[in-house]
Amino acid sequence: MKRTLFVIFSITLLLINSCKEEKEELKVSKIEGKQLRVQASIKENDSIKNFIAPYKNRIEEEMNTVLAYTPNTLSKEDGKYNTAIGNMMADAVLEMANPIFKKRTGNTIDGVLLNHGGIRSIISKGDITTKTGFNIMPFENEAVIIGLKGTQVQKMFAYLAKNQIAHPIAGMQLILDKNAAIKSASIQGKQIDPDKTYYIATNDYLMEGGDRMYFFGKRESQTYLDYKLRNIFIDYFTKYDTINPVRDRRFIQE
Amino acid sequence: MKRRDFIQKTAAAGLLTGLGGTALLNSGFIANSRKHITILHTNDVHSHIEPFPKTNADYPGVGGVAKRYTLIEKIRKENPNTLLLDAGDIFQGTPFFNFYGGELEFKLMSKLGYDAATIGNHDFDNGIDGLNAQLPNAKFSLLSSNYDFSNTVLDGQIKPYQVFKKAGLNIGVFGLGIQLEGLVNKKMYKETVYQDPVGITQDIVKQLKEEENCDLVICLSHLGYHYEHDKIDDLKLAKQTKNIDLIIGGHTHTFLEKPTITKNAEDKNVLVNQVGWAGINLGRIDFYLDDKNNISGKGATILV
Repeated sequence: MKRTLFVIFSITLLLINSCKEEKEELKVSKIEGKQLRVQASIKENDSIKNFIAPYKNRIEEEMNTVLAYTPNTLSKEDGKYNTAIGNMMADAVLEMANPIFKKRTGNTIDGVLLNHGGIRSIISKGDITTKTGFNIMPFENEAVIIGLKGTQVQKMFAYLAKNQIAHPIAGMQLILDKNAAIKSASIQGKQIDPDKTYYIATNDYLMEGGDRMYFFGKRESQTYLDYKLRNIFIDYFTKYDTINPVRDRRFIQE
Repeated sequence: MKRRDFIQKTAAAGLLTGLGGTALLNSGFIANSRKHITILHTNDVHSHIEPFPKTNADYPGVGGVAKRYTLIEKIRKENPNTLLLDAGDIFQGTPFFNFYGGELEFKLMSKLGYDAATIGNHDFDNGIDGLNAQLPNAKFSLLSSNYDFSNTVLDGQIKPYQVFKKAGLNIGVFGLGIQLEGLVNKKMYKETVYQDPVGITQDIVKQLKEEENCDLVICLSHLGYHYEHDKIDDLKLAKQTKNIDLIIGGHTHTFLEKPTITKNAEDKNVLVNQVGWAGINLGRIDFYLDDKNNISGKGATILV
């Protein structure tokens, strides 16, 4: 009896196996692909959430630290050729970057040029916090000091006159006449000497031709300060209790 | 976009017809498949460690590492033979990166059990030294086969590929990075040398197939999904190479309705997938293999 059962069992196995063999020769297989949304309704894993918590708390504490105060809301739309916020940012770069540049190279920054599009947010009236620095400058761009011959500086002024955008500047003055032609252009209060090398502070994005600032391409030198623009602004806010910049005559049309 | 849809539809329809419809697929098909590998993947997470705020117009409360982990763990319970991969741009996008330089991103990916990731352009945002400084926090492999790091601090720390053994199968995973010149400041990537992805891929895939006996070959690419101009992308890479089963892409933050089925140099199917960015989605590709480990013959069915 047992023997018969065993035989039947073996035959069955053989049959199953032979079936399988045939299927295998079909060489079929399957791939399924889909995209799973990490839905709001999915429960957060507690151990991961708890691991993140101290990192998050420290960021929030630091982000909300009050660094300074501004009595007025500052917006990049408040002037045609220069704005209070842009002037503050360019002045901050000049003031904070110059000591480092001087220490490293023995030279002095003559002027600053940033870009209007790079002012990423307004500064609201009231407390200025670390977060303000992240809002106005969310990107990682850093300060770089470019050595430009006077002839290239002239091209820079021509660019500013042609574009008529309130790109933030410092250490320089550009006055356009009523036809928007250059009436006067000066750097550190003096006429441009075509043969002299001037040191212009900007950021790495603009140095590489961002906003079509191609005049930076023909440069004598470049010095990175390992100083992010955001940190420049945060340090500047830390240095002063009140930030109250104004529009002035650094870039105007008469 | 429309053309892509067309390709997908024709390919899928053709395959289903060839097998005589879904009824056949549902009966006996799965039972005959002996091995099941699940690939989960992300790309361009960009330091989005937390879910989007509930006030976000497009993705309220969506994403976040803690939710992703819940999802991953659920899938791992269904199939322990799961690989978790990322296609680069892990860094940059929230203050978590600005404050901690990628420490938290790498630590969390290690906790989630990522197996491998490739390097995106933004992963150089704190310079190659910044990336190197975070490597001790990564318990997963960073893979890149077309960046030559010989003259950099990363020399010897980035493997071109890795072979993972799951369910007795060899799964070869290799990484590809985008051209850095013009995209990343040279000061950041220093002496990293970008090499042509197509030539490198042909060599690596040959090695994975012939020497490492890989049953599956997966490319982690940060080249980008598709460009109209000549620049190399995932679709062009698929077309110019062979023996890749799956390209997991990144860089272009492309949201695909479903994975793209395209043809390789031998007119065989290749899957290309990318799941947007910021950890909004998790990609899931399931490979079912029979005893002969044949998954790319004409009979292979792709359901997307």
